[in-house]
Amino acid sequence: MSKSQLRSIVTDIIKSIAPDEDLSSLDPEKPLRAQIDLDSMDFLDIVMELRVRYNIDVPEADYPQLNSLASTVNYLMPRMQGV
Amino acid sequence: MGIRGLKNIRDEYDVIVIGAGLGGLTCANMLARRGNTVLLLEHHTLLGGLAAYFRRKKHIFDVALHGFPVGMKKTCRKYWNRDISDRIVPLTGIRFDNPQFQLETDYTKESFIKILIEKFGVPQEAVAEFFEHTRRMNFYDGDNSTTRELFQKFFPGREDVWRLLMEPITYANGSTLDDPAISYGIVFSNFMDKGVYTFRGGTDLLMKMMEEELLKSGVDIRTKVLVEKITMENGRVTGVMANGEHIRTRAVVSNANLKRTVLEMLDEEAVPADFRKQTEKLRVNNSSCQVYIGISENEKIDFIGDLLFTSTAEKFSENLMLDKNVTSRTFSVYYPSIRPEHNRYAIVSSSNARYEDWSGLTEQQYRADKEHLAEDTLDHLEKYVPGIRKKIDHLEVATPLTFKYYTRHIGGASFGTKFEGLEISNRLPERIPGLFFTGSVGIIMSGWLGAANYGVIVSNNVERFLKNSNG
Repeated sequence: MSKSQLRSIVTDIIKSIAPDEDLSSLDPEKPLRAQIDLDSMDFLDIVMELRVRYNIDVPEADYPQLNSLASTVNYLMPRMQGV
Repeated sequence: MGIRGLKNIRDEYDVIVIGAGLGGLTCANMLARRGNTVLLLEHHTLLGGLAAYFRRKKHIFDVALHGFPVGMKKTCRKYWNRDISDRIVPLTGIRFDNPQFQLETDYTKESFIKILIEKFGVPQEAVAEFFEHTRRMNFYDGDNSTTRELFQKFFPGREDVWRLLMEPITYANGSTLDDPAISYGIVFSNFMDKGVYTFRGGTDLLMKMMEEELLKSGVDIRTKVLVEKITMENGRVTGVMANGEHIRTRAVVSNANLKRTVLEMLDEEAVPADFRKQTEKLRVNNSSCQVYIGISENEKIDFIGDLLFTSTAEKFSENLMLDKNVTSRTFSVYYPSIRPEHNRYAIVSSSNARYEDWSGLTEQQYRADKEHLAEDTLDHLEKYVPGIRKKIDHLEVATPLTFKYYTRHIGGASFGTKFEGLEISNRLPERIPGLFFTGSVGIIMSGWLGAANYGVIVSNNVERFLKNSNG
């Protein structure tokens, strides 16, 4: 899976959780929370969606790695093999 | 509500949820939505836990409906459904009346800033800094200061300001000035920001809608079922004993009292000694008294506000707020707009209380004390609703013993445990594999919003456990 495919998977999930946010102009390097209105429960929703849709388990200790779009993609890349 | 007793249940479930408070309900709903088989057991006949209501004559009384933060709207939309979320509406009139100040607010950040600057004469910079500081407070920063120190830093010596900022929170969750500043900051930022909200249709409709959603998600709901034991084999949870029957399960989520879960539902030898000791030391929060006042069918009351924080005490004092000689009361006023088809008014007076002040009395003394509280409450209400005694046709008192009877919480605790309960709750699944807790532990995970969100957080942990134990 390519990085751009993975990025669209992540933005699809964010879109389902925060339907009112405009995601087209997201800067992938900047923290998500600085750009769109995501609270800690929204982050938990992202984690739960990753498990339901792609069977990926993100332990709580790894939550900081979901800080920006780019860091999320980097974190998920090796974990998406075979999905 | 639900089916009474253990009829038509499966031999085994993925998850059994003990207790149908908002945490248990939300956790059960999320787990079932994700395809797990879930059995929800409640010892009472009604769902909701302390999100309770009851009917008397032609009245419906809400125990805890006024009010919760706006975040509940989003939480209900995501973890319940849009119909429930759309019924969440703001309250407009919140009043304070005590010897230090009288004021009215809509409970928004703008309103509090204005009041602090214009009415209390606090410098604008201090107010701005306080709001900014509390907003930035992060649970993981490891800040050990107390709420008293927080207030002292931003509003030195201003006990009137402390009262404005603290008294509603003490009512809402039993916290004190000596509890951690971090837990105050998080609740303050949630609450005193975008107003206070309620559910149009009343607690009865909310519970009906939640029950429908649970059934749609596939949860088996059984009421009048008391869980006596959580059973274990080879170091992990295997089931529960309820109404004398054993039901097998892969995981248990307890929405009962945390101390009762660890110290009474588990066999003593199942709990590591250090963990048992830690749980024994855990402090529960205080209890409450409530006076339910039903207005006669043909009587009306003018709009006097939705929520009135009243006190006759000279200064804010947590001890006075707990005292049996009540000086501080919150009046929640329910107008016909809350249940338009029902067209009745009701007032519920709440005060914090100590269990030990009400337990161990003779039947006669207990009755007399209840009557005294009811009469004293009407005396105070007279100031806000002149002629109140002529307008009512129902008067009833709940004490810490009442709360204990309906919730089975130790000491009738109406706000769960103190903050150290969160650590015990978090560690429970490590110490007792297969057992999880969701319920009010410290003031972050309490109240309607905190309870519902904690249910979601725990559902995620349970799912991870179930997936990983599948191999």
